[in-house]
Amino acid sequence: MRLGMKLTAALAVSVSWVSIAAAETELSMWYHGAGNEAESTALNMIIEDFNASQSEYRVSVESFPQESYNDSVVAAALAGNLPDILDVDGPVMPNWAWAGYLQPLKIDDSAIEGFLSGPLGYWDDQLYSVGFWDAAVAMVSRQSTLDSLGLRKPTVDNPWTGEEFMSALEAAKASGNFDYAFDLGMPWTGEWYPYAFSPFLQSFGGDIVDRSTYATAEGALNGDAAIAFGDWWQSLFADGYAPGTSQDPADRDTGFIDGKYAFSWNGNWAALGALEAHDDVVFLPAPDFGNGPKIGAASWQFGVSASSENAEGASAFIEFALQDKYLANFSNVTGLIPATASAAALTDNYASGGALEVFFGLSKGQAMVRPVSPGYVVSAKVFEKALADIANGADVADTLDAAVDEINADIERNGGYGH
Amino acid sequence: MASKLTTSNRAGWAFALPGFGLILMFIVIPFFFAFYLSLTNQRLISPNPTEFVGFSNYDRLLSISVLSIEPEVDGGGSVLRNDAGELKYPRVRTFTRNNPAYPQYSGMREWFRLHWGDTAKVVVAKDVVFWKSLRNTLMFVLVVAPVQAGLALCLSLLVNQKLRGINIYRAIYFMPVVVSIVVVSLLFRFIYDGNDGLLNNILGFLSFGLFEGRDWLGNPDTALGAVKAMSIWQAVGFHMVIWLSGLQTISPTLYEASSIEGASKWQTFRYITWPGLRNTAVLVIIVITMQAFALFAQIDVMTNGGPLDSTTTLVFQAVERGYGKQDISGASAISVVLFLVVLTISMAQRYITRTR
Repeated sequence: MRLGMKLTAALAVSVSWVSIAAAETELSMWYHGAGNEAESTALNMIIEDFNASQSEYRVSVESFPQESYNDSVVAAALAGNLPDILDVDGPVMPNWAWAGYLQPLKIDDSAIEGFLSGPLGYWDDQLYSVGFWDAAVAMVSRQSTLDSLGLRKPTVDNPWTGEEFMSALEAAKASGNFDYAFDLGMPWTGEWYPYAFSPFLQSFGGDIVDRSTYATAEGALNGDAAIAFGDWWQSLFADGYAPGTSQDPADRDTGFIDGKYAFSWNGNWAALGALEAHDDVVFLPAPDFGNGPKIGAASWQFGVSASSENAEGASAFIEFALQDKYLANFSNVTGLIPATASAAALTDNYASGGALEVFFGLSKGQAMVRPVSPGYVVSAKVFEKALADIANGADVADTLDAAVDEINADIERNGGYGH
Repeated sequence: MASKLTTSNRAGWAFALPGFGLILMFIVIPFFFAFYLSLTNQRLISPNPTEFVGFSNYDRLLSISVLSIEPEVDGGGSVLRNDAGELKYPRVRTFTRNNPAYPQYSGMREWFRLHWGDTAKVVVAKDVVFWKSLRNTLMFVLVVAPVQAGLALCLSLLVNQKLRGINIYRAIYFMPVVVSIVVVSLLFRFIYDGNDGLLNNILGFLSFGLFEGRDWLGNPDTALGAVKAMSIWQAVGFHMVIWLSGLQTISPTLYEASSIEGASKWQTFRYITWPGLRNTAVLVIIVITMQAFALFAQIDVMTNGGPLDSTTTLVFQAVERGYGKQDISGASAISVVLFLVVLTISMAQRYITRTR
């Protein structure tokens, strides 16, 4: 009898525990930042605050390494295993929205007021993703280098022209103080190539695809402007100004700091490291090759998967995370540009007088997003291979023609990608 | 078809069923699925419905043709030469792009050219990267199959001796096989590194500084050779063990008889060892050939298709297209072509080595 009562009491307690726990819906979230301590800490802070601020939803995050993240998401989408919240690289978002992985966000317009245009991911006139930050690229150098080579310092309003830039490289090469004049970061294969190098193409007047129709790359990627870009690109390696595709990844990470390179084309995520090593580091704007100086825009953004059953909760989490204090915190630990000016004022580096403030101006003045199209996934890979082949000495016109043919064939096979 | 195998062996079938089921589900069905997918326009994921397109994937993949180009002539009809005395030819892209007089070459690209007198015979193809992968894969098989089999045979002859501690040597030669190919590729990427790689340092040391460091993986001429060397080193132990098992089936009385007859070492090998290894040789060659055609992991880790397509292979292209560029039907077409090539070569090997 007493044993029976004890068992019944234990059963009642265990069932009630389950029902208490079941009141909170679990929201799964995937993030691409495995191995990145600073970002994980910042993200976990937001998650803990969100979990503590309400008792309806509980977010748990799973981190993936960045290189395999996109493949993991595609595989999960095929298997029907997508999480509720996932982050997506800005230019890839149209492809995932078109393919039906993402659903439009259900957040208030007031939450995204004042955002830079890069972190807002629109496709088909609907907001699918929002990012906490934007990333910019600049030419990193040192004031002492500029002085010793006798070069003027370019500004956002008055950047170097193409000829000035090449004579700066020539001066750096002739001085003999550097292994190479210009470090482009060729070991970073993947999205870095289109993100960092297509602005040069756009500055010459070409583009990855014709953005008026998004139906063809003919004329944009193999026209005269693009061939001029290709010849210039090949000359960087053939004339010994930049290390090529065999550059050691370790040299890319520390070469500029160690003094091996005069100029380094790098993003503001690496800026803090350079600032710590030397105190006269300067971030110079991109040169103007004729069509205006350009740099890339749009980085990782957060969206809600189409198969999620808790879309309101997922959108609520994203809206919660867009508060200025979290944007500022993310910016402080990563060095990336916060998405709003008001958040920038709260950060160490982007407030007025801050060390990286110049990036905010670069992003506003020179940034151009990569082509907003579901076909970007393929055209980015094709463009990356074309750049690597040209850098290795292939014929410029033939390589660009082949890239155009491949992109056009892919667009045609997909029925125009919904444009 | 009631035989002893099917009727009174229920327990055997029950035990084999899970294995058969998994093989059917993951190997046999996808095999037939690849044939079907290569006839459609299947994408990795897409809101557009999949359509049947017939052989257009194969047409895109395999279209190849020869374009004859005459050198440029001046007004009078005599050939023009540039400063170095070479003939000048019009660019191939003037024939293949926006030229209504040559519709059959539209969209093609130059693969290589041969000179027949003054005329340049240019081989053009729609998918030059595929043909380069086919060539690289065949080159890889042609070198790796005999070299790896021969090296494994030499090693197995060495470790077949009855010496003390011979098992230690067998273990040492077999150890690279146990290490994952991805790990080996990463290590060799550092060894082959052009700036500070171990290989350059060793060769420089051995040649007293005469040898200049080379960028083994960054040079289109040496990249595939470097991959071949690494692959042979990694897999030779496996085939050494197979040869060894074959060697040990040869009856020792034959060797005793030959030593009594006064045969030299070479004669012993040629008349006793080699004929006794015939079946093992057939097995080893066929297995190496099939494994060599599936070259993928080393390329993906070390060179990513290599400088100027010098290390791209069929399986690498299939994965790149199917998964990277989301074109599953194109990747299936490559898989079917690879299957047909391997089948042809295997059947040819079987025919050559058949017991008469």
